Amino acid sequence: MSTVSLVLRAGVRDLLRSRWLLAYGAGFWAVTEALFLFGGSGQQVVLSLLNAMLLLVPLVALVFGTAHVHASREFTELLLSQPLSRRSVFFGLYLGMALPLTGAFLVGVGVPLLLHGAATDAPRLALGLLAASGALLTLTFAAIAMVIALGVDDRLRAMARALAAWFALTVAYDGIVLAVVSAFGDWPIERPMLAAMLGNPIDLARLLVLTSLDATALLGYTGALFRQVFGTALGPVIAITALLLWAVLPVFVARRSFLRRDF
Amino acid sequence: MISLEGVRKAYGSRRVLEGVSLSLTPGRITGLVGPNGSGKTTLIKLILGLARPDAGRMLFDGVPFDADGLYRARIGYAPQSPRLPDHLAVGELFAMLRALRPGAAVDEAMLESFGLRAEWGTAVGKLSGGWRQKLANACAFLFSPDVLILDEPTAGLDPVASGLLKSALRKARADGRTILISSHILVELEEFADDVAFLNDGALRFAGPIESLLKETGTRRLEPAVAALLSGLKVV
Repeated sequence: MSTVSLVLRAGVRDLLRSRWLLAYGAGFWAVTEALFLFGGSGQQVVLSLLNAMLLLVPLVALVFGTAHVHASREFTELLLSQPLSRRSVFFGLYLGMALPLTGAFLVGVGVPLLLHGAATDAPRLALGLLAASGALLTLTFAAIAMVIALGVDDRLRAMARALAAWFALTVAYDGIVLAVVSAFGDWPIERPMLAAMLGNPIDLARLLVLTSLDATALLGYTGALFRQVFGTALGPVIAITALLLWAVLPVFVARRSFLRRDF
Repeated sequence: MISLEGVRKAYGSRRVLEGVSLSLTPGRITGLVGPNGSGKTTLIKLILGLARPDAGRMLFDGVPFDADGLYRARIGYAPQSPRLPDHLAVGELFAMLRALRPGAAVDEAMLESFGLRAEWGTAVGKLSGGWRQKLANACAFLFSPDVLILDEPTAGLDPVASGLLKSALRKARADGRTILISSHILVELEEFADDVAFLNDGALRFAGPIESLLKETGTRRLEPAVAALLSGLKVV
């Protein structure tokens, strides 16, 4: 068995027994179940779940990921003191953290969706995209957490940066977009706004799920613009490609940092 | 076995090691001592390849350390009271380490003598500080390496476990292995160490046999000798 899979297996075994991870999965399960019980139609359930996912998945991946990388520092040192390549150790550690988080989300949301899916009137595509974009957001923000934790030795400062990143991409981003549109509405700001959207994986995930539902009114300025420019056929393809890139690029930034840094 | 020549290391503007030259000899135990922040941990990390020197040469059997870190197959390292994955069982941790080095012979007798078999199914997070240190020490001895690097290996150990560790160290020395131990417990260190390397403020102030240090400082014990080096005074 390769180094990556051995380190990954150890990480998965460790996290699957963690109460925090179980609570995360169970929490999503409970929220999904509650929404199906009290949330109205299938489409409304998907919309509510989407909002919960866009807030919680990045937050948990960033906070849990940053704390986990810091807590694993001595384990990392023990692994790096073995005759193993840093590259392999990195991928083992990253996947050992990101995959259990992704699994907890998919089980927490996916199982109730499968159980209730047949009874709901929400499009299957929307349900699938909700699960897929949540998984991609988990991978993305787990990698961003790794970048933060590897770059900042002090645990509290790293946690503060993780929370700042979450705040910037979930809360501040929408406010900034609104402010820019209000202030420069008469200017040709379409291109910068499209670039801003591609620069925010949370907005991309929102767009992806909303375009599969009959909920264009909820797209917001950037989403509507994206749909207008790229259309309903090309738009989702671009959005999912950008989301996939978001799931990969931070991993390579984290890998670079891991290969270069002193432990 | 391991030689450092003019090794320098700084973290940003903070100079941590300055021109350190040190040789670790097979069949001898070297005690790495010095006050907190003197550069002991950094020196260990450089040898393990966890950090890279800014300048100087590091040789293993006369050959510069390879970039792939394959030389580490001959080194066993015990961090001080390490925080390892809380939910992994002791047996699972060792199984992983064994699988990471396929073909390497495992010192089963050591695992028995350290008493770790009794805790095989216990989650690492449920071990006491002393057991964690035993676990760390066992990780270092696991593959009977040529070089042992131990960071505060007796910290938190009960007298029985400490005695077992010292026996294992004496046996390793008799087998011709190279041993480096970082410790603040000088009374204990002089029980089994042959040489001492004293770091202060990133510079190696003394490296050689303990007897030479005692003679140089005019003392009879290691602790006052190191105190004398620190204060720059001779203690009688």
